[in-house]
Amino acid sequence: MSKVRVLVGTRKGAFILTSDGKREQWDVSGPHFAGWEIYHVKGSPADPKRIYASQTSGWFGQIIQRSDDGGKTWHQPGTPPGEPPAPGPPKAASNKFVYDASAETGKPLTTHQFYDGTQHPWEFKRVWHLEPSLTDPNMVYAGVEDAAIFLSTDGGENWKELPGLRGHGTGPKWQPGAGGMCLHTIILDPSNPRRIWIAISAAGAFRTDDGGKTWKPINRGLRSQYIPDPNAEVGHCVHHIAMNPKRPGVLFMQKHWDVMRSDDAGDNWKEVSGNLPTDFGFVIDVHAHEPETIYVVPIKSDGEHYVMDGKLRVYRSRTGGNEWEALTKGLPQKDCYVNVLRDAMAVDSLDKCGIYFGTTGGQVYASADAGDSWNPIVRDLPAVLSVEVQTLV
Amino acid sequence: MIRVILPPHLRTLAHVGGEVMLEVDGPITQRSVLDVLEASYPMLRGTIRDHVTQQRRAFLRFFACEEDLSHQPPDAPLPDAVASGKEPFIVIGAIAGG
Repeated sequence: MSKVRVLVGTRKGAFILTSDGKREQWDVSGPHFAGWEIYHVKGSPADPKRIYASQTSGWFGQIIQRSDDGGKTWHQPGTPPGEPPAPGPPKAASNKFVYDASAETGKPLTTHQFYDGTQHPWEFKRVWHLEPSLTDPNMVYAGVEDAAIFLSTDGGENWKELPGLRGHGTGPKWQPGAGGMCLHTIILDPSNPRRIWIAISAAGAFRTDDGGKTWKPINRGLRSQYIPDPNAEVGHCVHHIAMNPKRPGVLFMQKHWDVMRSDDAGDNWKEVSGNLPTDFGFVIDVHAHEPETIYVVPIKSDGEHYVMDGKLRVYRSRTGGNEWEALTKGLPQKDCYVNVLRDAMAVDSLDKCGIYFGTTGGQVYASADAGDSWNPIVRDLPAVLSVEVQTLV
Repeated sequence: MIRVILPPHLRTLAHVGGEVMLEVDGPITQRSVLDVLEASYPMLRGTIRDHVTQQRRAFLRFFACEEDLSHQPPDAPLPDAVASGKEPFIVIGAIAGG
C-alpha cells in the first residue's frame, strides 16, 4: 500500500503529516525543533528514510538536521548519537557555511546591492533550500542567503561552496528581495547529472552544465520594471521554478510578476500568464504525470501579499500556461487573506496526482484529485514556509 | 511638463491614477522635481524623502531612461529626456520592499 509523507517547515518548527494512498486520514507529528524557523525539509529520492532539515534562528544561526529513519529521530550530522540536540551550536561542522574565497579553489568575496541600492558585503545568513541528490543519499545541495550554493558529500556533515556561481561576475548587480538575497530553487536534471538550475531573488535564474563549476544567467525573455533596464541580464526577482522530472528542460517560472515557461532549458522564456486574475505570486508546480498541467496561487500584488478578493484559489493550466482555471472546491472563498510562499507547494506521484500547499495562516491543504477538490490536513500550524512530499511505495 | 511615475501605494495616498504631470521651473533635478511633487501632493511629504534630512528612503529608488539615478546628487541635472517630458522620472519600491 502506498503512503505519503508531507514535510512541512514553519516559522516555529517542523511537522510531518502522513497518510496512506487514499490521502483521507492524516497523522500529524511535531513540532520538531519547536520554536525554530524551519525553512525547508526535504527527503532523499535515493533513500526516503534520509531527510534533511534547515533549522535557523536570528539568535543561534544555522543548524542542519538529519533523520535516517523517516523523521522519527533527528541529529545534527557529525554530532555523536545521543548528544542533546539544539539549542546551542553543534559539535560538528554541519552548520559551517563559509564562502570559498581561497586563491586555489574559490572566488573573491565581492559586494552585492543592499536594500538601499548601496553595495554591501556578502554575509551568510541561512539555508533556504536543501536539494538532496537524485542518486546518493549523502550528497545534498544547499541554497543559502546571501546567495550561493553549497554541496555536502558526507550527509550534511561538511559543506563546501560551489563558488563559480557567486563569482559569476554579476554579483554587484544582485539585490535582496523582500525575504533577503536568497538562493531558493535548486533543480537537478535526472537526465544529465552535470546540469543544475538555480534561482535567486533578486538576480534571476542560472544554469550550470559542468556540475557547478561555471554558471550562466538564463533570463532572456524576462522583463522586470523594478530594475533600471527591464530586460537586463540579471536582477530579476524569480520567485520559484518547477520542472517535471520526466521532461527535463521544460521549466515553469513564477516571477515576482509574470508566469513564464521555457522549452529550451532556460535559454529563452516566454510569458504564459494568460487569463490569470493577477500574475504576481510565489509558488508554481507541475503535475507528476501530465507535464503540461501546472499550478499557481495568484497573489494580489507585491504590495499586498495575500490572495485576491478574500478568496483562496489555486489556478491550474492544462495547456502549459495561458489558459487557466480557478480551483476552489474546499478552499475558503470569503475573508481569506493568506499568502502561499515560494517553497510551500509540492506534488506526490500517486495516481491521481496529489497536490499540497501551505499558507502563512498555518493551513496545509491537500488535493487527492489533481486539484479538483481540496481538504485541510491541518488548519492551525505556525506560518508555513515550505512543503515537500515523499511518495512511499 | 515633467512626468513622474509613483509606486502603487503612493498613488493611492496621493489619489492619482497614472502618471503625475508637474510644471517645474528652473533646473530639472531630483530635488526640484520632488519639491514640486511634495508641494502639489503634501501627503507625500516624508514618504519619499525624510522630512528633516531630505534623504531618499532606503526602500525607494529613482529610475529614468533605464538608469538607476538613486545615488546621483539631488541637485544634479536629470537627463534631458526627463526634462523634456519624453521619459518619466520613476519612483519605485526597491524589490526588497515588496
